[in-house]
Amino acid sequence: MTELTETTPQIDSNDSLAVLERRGSVAETYGIPLAVLLELTHRCPLQCPYCSNPLELDRSGQELTTAEWKKVLSELAEIGVLQVHFSGGEPTARKDIVELVQHANEVGLYTNLITSAVLLTRERLKELADAGLCHVQISFQGNEPVVADRVGGYKGGHAKKLEVARWTRELDLPLTVNAVMHRQNLHQLPDIIQMAVDLDADRLEVANVQYYGWALKNRASLMPTYQQLEETDRLVEDARERLKGTLTIDYVVPDYYALRPKKCMGGWGRQFFNISPSGKVLPCHAAESITGLDFMSVRSNNSIAWIWQNSEAFNRYRGTGWMKEPCKSCEFREIDFGGCRCQAFALTGDAANTDPACTLSPLHESIFKQAERDAASGQDRFLYRNFAGGTPESNDA
Amino acid sequence: MAPRHIQVTETSRVVLPRHTKLKYDETRQVWVILAPERVLAPDEIAVEVLKLCDGARSVADIIDELAAKYAAPRDVIATDVVAMLQDLADKGFLTEVRETTT
Repeated sequence: MTELTETTPQIDSNDSLAVLERRGSVAETYGIPLAVLLELTHRCPLQCPYCSNPLELDRSGQELTTAEWKKVLSELAEIGVLQVHFSGGEPTARKDIVELVQHANEVGLYTNLITSAVLLTRERLKELADAGLCHVQISFQGNEPVVADRVGGYKGGHAKKLEVARWTRELDLPLTVNAVMHRQNLHQLPDIIQMAVDLDADRLEVANVQYYGWALKNRASLMPTYQQLEETDRLVEDARERLKGTLTIDYVVPDYYALRPKKCMGGWGRQFFNISPSGKVLPCHAAESITGLDFMSVRSNNSIAWIWQNSEAFNRYRGTGWMKEPCKSCEFREIDFGGCRCQAFALTGDAANTDPACTLSPLHESIFKQAERDAASGQDRFLYRNFAGGTPESNDA
Repeated sequence: MAPRHIQVTETSRVVLPRHTKLKYDETRQVWVILAPERVLAPDEIAVEVLKLCDGARSVADIIDELAAKYAAPRDVIATDVVAMLQDLADKGFLTEVRETTT
């Protein structure tokens, strides 16, 4: 009598929107997303070379004001969004973070803080918890300071993260450890998994770098070897089995080595949008890397719901109507929606091409070889992410 | 910290953890459970049971109320309710109120 409809047949149980709206994957239909990512700022004390922010970062003067973000939060709750992820850059670099969490809570939104943690004090975290914060996600760059602080380009960062993770659990907030993995830290994965267990985390995200923007610039320094990837698959599988009921592990593979493309964002404009620091409503956080699309802002005269439903940028690659061959007649077209538009654009120059991660792409073999070349390049130095267009890591570091 | 893994019995006093919220979604006209990175859609009966999980009532109290309300055999209701609550607890959506020692 009591099964959750999570397991309703024909509905992908990982697709929460489909579960709630009680229908399967229908390409041409889309509702209001359940969760929205809010990139409050692009400012960040860390300089990770794979940062998912665009190469052209929004300056602090362009950021939405406190009043504008509050209006956004109210509007999101009104149209049916249930969860918001406060992200960045570093969201706690905003002085009004507590006020924004409080407001989100007041309008009934479930709140998640996605943070590097290095700016947090215990008092601040307590204020956030008291303001109604529901969940904390902390990024880790490794399991010990030598690798981690070098990748983040921030001395003392790793120790601070461990401290904040402990405070998070002391305050009885659920914790997700986010670990972005690449060639230079994959050997630490077993220790990172143990670290997540020791920190009493609920969830661990083992996220291999996805190569857009900053990460694409650093691809030669980050790309894992194929052997590393095989070993990682095995490790994650073992850990999932061993830690069932203790730690949930989400795993994102590096798709240059994949056979099928990922169902990126659940399909363009289907169940996800994010809002950039300056208020642009985007189909994904990398979407601005596709040139020729005009993304509308919450500062325009249109509502967020209108932008989601009617703007040209959201409709350009929504559903399957825009597809060319081999996607157009592919039996998987409503399964993976042709993969990632940003990756298709970055690697082929046309976002409407099939993602080269797919074996049906004429470029598939060449990107696999590219990945192997990058992995064997011997290039280990990073280009650090910053507002100055990036700074090369010095050789004597 | 609230206990993570609990064994649901009739004496348990269960409650949704503070990071898990039961809420009526006006837009989609369904009840939802909001949890980190997840949204679940409990069925009507689950919603009815969850609304009674206030940390004050014991599981036995909840079973008594439902058995009276539906004029159903208590043992049948008990089996279903305990199984459902255990399932939710295993997924991390339910915790137990314990006497505080401080």
